[in-house]
Amino acid sequence: MKKLMLGNEAIARGAWEAGVNVVSSYPGTPSTEITENIANYNEIYCEWATNEKVALEVAIGAAFAGGRSMSCMKHVGLNVAADPLFTLSYTGINGGLVVVVADDPGMHSSQNEQDSRFYALSALIPMLEPADSKECLEYIKKGYEISEQFDTPVLVRLTTRIAHARSLVETGERVVIPVKGFKKDASKFVMMPAMAKKRHVIVDSRMKKLVDYSSTSDLNRIEWANRKVGVITSGISYQYSKEVFGDASFLKLGMVHPLPESLIKEFAAGVDELYVVEELEPFIENQLSKMGIQNVKGKELFTNLGELSTTIIREAVYGSKKESAKAEFDIGMPPRPPVMCPGCPHRGVFYTLSGLKVNVSGDIGCYTLGALAPYNAVDACVCMGASISMAHGMEKAAGRAMAKNTVAVIGDSTFMHSGITGLIDVVYNKGTSTVIILDNSITGMTGHQQNPTTGLTIRGEKTTNVDLVKLCEAVGVKRVRVEDPFDMKGFRKAVKEELEADEPSVIIAQRPCALLKSVNYGAQVIIENDKCRKCGNCMRLGCPAINKVGEDYVIDKSQCCGCELCTSMCSFGAIVKEGTSK
Amino acid sequence: MKNMNILIVGVGGQGTLLASKFLGAAAVSCGKDVKVSEVHGMSQRGGSVVTCVKIGDNVYSPIIDEGEADIIIAFEQLEAARWLNYLKKGGTIIVNTQKINPMPVISGKVQYPENTIQYLQSSGAKIIEIDALSLAKESGSEKAVNIILLGVMAAGLPEITPETWKDCLKAVVPVKFLDINMKAFNIGYGRG
Repeated sequence: MKKLMLGNEAIARGAWEAGVNVVSSYPGTPSTEITENIANYNEIYCEWATNEKVALEVAIGAAFAGGRSMSCMKHVGLNVAADPLFTLSYTGINGGLVVVVADDPGMHSSQNEQDSRFYALSALIPMLEPADSKECLEYIKKGYEISEQFDTPVLVRLTTRIAHARSLVETGERVVIPVKGFKKDASKFVMMPAMAKKRHVIVDSRMKKLVDYSSTSDLNRIEWANRKVGVITSGISYQYSKEVFGDASFLKLGMVHPLPESLIKEFAAGVDELYVVEELEPFIENQLSKMGIQNVKGKELFTNLGELSTTIIREAVYGSKKESAKAEFDIGMPPRPPVMCPGCPHRGVFYTLSGLKVNVSGDIGCYTLGALAPYNAVDACVCMGASISMAHGMEKAAGRAMAKNTVAVIGDSTFMHSGITGLIDVVYNKGTSTVIILDNSITGMTGHQQNPTTGLTIRGEKTTNVDLVKLCEAVGVKRVRVEDPFDMKGFRKAVKEELEADEPSVIIAQRPCALLKSVNYGAQVIIENDKCRKCGNCMRLGCPAINKVGEDYVIDKSQCCGCELCTSMCSFGAIVKEGTSK
Repeated sequence: MKNMNILIVGVGGQGTLLASKFLGAAAVSCGKDVKVSEVHGMSQRGGSVVTCVKIGDNVYSPIIDEGEADIIIAFEQLEAARWLNYLKKGGTIIVNTQKINPMPVISGKVQYPENTIQYLQSSGAKIIEIDALSLAKESGSEKAVNIILLGVMAAGLPEITPETWKDCLKAVVPVKFLDINMKAFNIGYGRG
């Protein structure tokens, strides 16, 4: 039976059908739902790892032991996992290993839009790129065949529009593949110079065989039609191009590394005009030029910035647009940027930091929203874990005076991912950074994944949790305190005290994410109009549930969760829990 | 069911994803090819969100681009206006009259536009205004705004029976919320 499946769901299904034994991943949009769906298949061992490097290493161990394994991550996660990835290319596998990497062109939920296809090129690893959910399922199964046939890891690349689109999928049954078991073989599994030199030779010849495979595999196919125009494309760009180019001929690439050189040459020779349509960098186009194929229309027409769309391609090729509905006047459209949810524990933190006017070295998570109005309280954000190490670097460059006016903020999951190493660096190298760990008891931005601090596994089983206080103390931080970010007076005092301290300190701002099912603040609050002096102080919190209607301040009942943070903003006692009014 | 592109727009957290799942399931049950494109991650946190449902004989791109939507279902007035240029000339907009202030309005930098409905009307589109929030409260939960609006849309597609819609609703809604959602669907269907 055909089912409507998210691309990520189909990847998980493909892994199950391929007999995968072990999946280890770290959440990251747009890849998260793959591993969440894997958790629904009890035959597969799966886990949230502490970070992508650990995740891939777990998958490598599983593959060395002869099981089929998978690791899934977003594009920037592959940077974290790049160290094991490049050497894994040399060792090859025992059981099949597939790494799924989800790129985010257009940066719907990311800090950059790097093109992960270049990892395949530089790590000498084959890469497949599905164009819909059906192919997501098929390519995962194909990925394990290639992995075991060529003794190589395989990369499967998604983009947001493939990962987060639903389309029809024909499902099959699981094949049961016995775990082969580990056989000692230092020449293959121990990568020291003497062994690695020999393995590099094997990798080199493997790539040559894969080029032949690519040209004969059904992963790459020519769809001959009108030969005036030919389009070489892959992934979501194939779908856009099919809508725009009408009856043109297509070379649809399912294997984007290595490229099928002979097939490409055959196709190029068979059409009058040749287009390459790809998002981001001219990855395919540049290789065509190396193959000696001239007069290709690619990045001279289609932007390398952001996502492509049917509109962008149509305008570039035909200079025309579809006619759309148009209003007859302008209304001045306010933008709607994302905001912290009503009841968000981070609101107390960023309101406080904004008021203290300190420098904030930020990190990756919901709390990056502290950079936006009305707080404007995050001053730097680069990658997972960087908040602490950057704050340390700021101190070493600009001196103790800067450290007295700078905090690092980092979420609980991000701290586990790669914040702890930065904190050790601060202690070891005699820094005095003030670190605020935003402990909301969950991984928030990606949609509530468990992590080592929550005490629960991906399947909700109880496990040993990392005690943040003990951990920070164990690495040598003497000043560790736990504070409630909704006690804004106390929190402000704590931050000021720790900034003054001439040694490293950690404040754990503890309050659970308001969206957790376990959080119930009870009745909503109301603003009693007779007590309200219209000072507007409550609005400074930037809570989406507090609105000004005419001259009055009112609580939007469709949004308020009853957290009562706003009651502390009112000096006149006008904001009260509903039903408690005197 | 005829081929059509339906754009569902709203504010992160309003339940647009469930609405698109519901609509997708109904189209599949009619034997159509369907693609649905969703938004996850950062913009889900109270930002402007858009979901595309494309129903056809052979759908390629999962994305509805400018001038391609037959119907826009807007969970919020301002979002209807924001996505107007994605509507085909002469298309239909089902708009929840609820207003949710974006942060630039809350922080007093800009005003929420007064005349969004007139703005939509001036495009020549067919506009169906629904106070879905009040109707959702009537059904038992403010969260049922999404199903109210889908009910309104369903009433405009007589080729799919209410029974088919309800079977699909059962398939996508958790059992404990089914009663409220069924009630919401019936109320919406009655208004459409």
